[in-house]
Amino acid sequence: MTRFLLPLLIAASLALAACAQREQIADGPRSYQGKPDTHPWDNAPLSYGQGKWTKGDRASWEDEIKTRQWTQHEYKRIGG
Amino acid sequence: MARMKFLCDTERCIECNGCVTACKQENEVPWGVNRRRVVTMNDGVAGAEKSISVACMHCSDAPCMAVCPVDCFYHTPDGVVLHDKDLCIGCGYCFYACPFGAPQFPQSGVFGMRGKMDKCTFCAGGPEADRSEAEFAKYGRNRLAEGKLPVCAEMCSTKALLGGDGDVIADMFRERVVHRGKGAEVWGWATAYGPGNSATRAPATTK
Repeated sequence: MTRFLLPLLIAASLALAACAQREQIADGPRSYQGKPDTHPWDNAPLSYGQGKWTKGDRASWEDEIKTRQWTQHEYKRIGG
Repeated sequence: MARMKFLCDTERCIECNGCVTACKQENEVPWGVNRRRVVTMNDGVAGAEKSISVACMHCSDAPCMAVCPVDCFYHTPDGVVLHDKDLCIGCGYCFYACPFGAPQFPQSGVFGMRGKMDKCTFCAGGPEADRSEAEFAKYGRNRLAEGKLPVCAEMCSTKALLGGDGDVIADMFRERVVHRGKGAEVWGWATAYGPGNSATRAPATTK
């Protein structure tokens, strides 16, 4: 079992090696000099809104945004 | 990790300027400044006329950021390019560097002096307290902090303008192209109204 699994894991890790995405926030010699900004997920959902993310949880905010984004897809929205 | 992007489908944009109007209304953009505008090519040429809605493209390697002498630009972790108006000196370098003409400058005063730069924020506000009056006054509405997407994309009547996470947009657009076809297949009477009855079809005009 290990004989097959090990080469498979090595092959998978090599195949996916280029799939990682680095953070692209400005760094290096030129950097932002202004006031710090907060993140959108650090806010609680509006009391009168439909938002359902957890304050401070980036993953739940992203899920919320992606779910909302699919309403721009008319094939899904009107079931066409 | 979400990376916010816009995509305008030129096969769908009908140059209604609804996105421009919605942006101005939502963000109370000053007179003379257009954060978004619609550009039309081959105007009036049947089949060749294309319109595209353009604003800041929130570049990953933004030239405005590279040339700014006071380093007032920054990237948010979700890929939106924002700037600090308290730091901006209104020099206009970013306008010359931007390939899309996104940075705008309000003309204020009797001599039309150039004010501080204003541009599309992807409805993400700026470096002030989120959803505060100060943020709205300087940068406009922070819809991302409300769990919403940019108003221009959300209200686009033909859904030509898509905005949000780039991966989701790519999936959406791919599915759309597969569904509708490409090239000449997406334009013309039959595409717009279906094959229908040839007897009731409008007569073809020749020039």
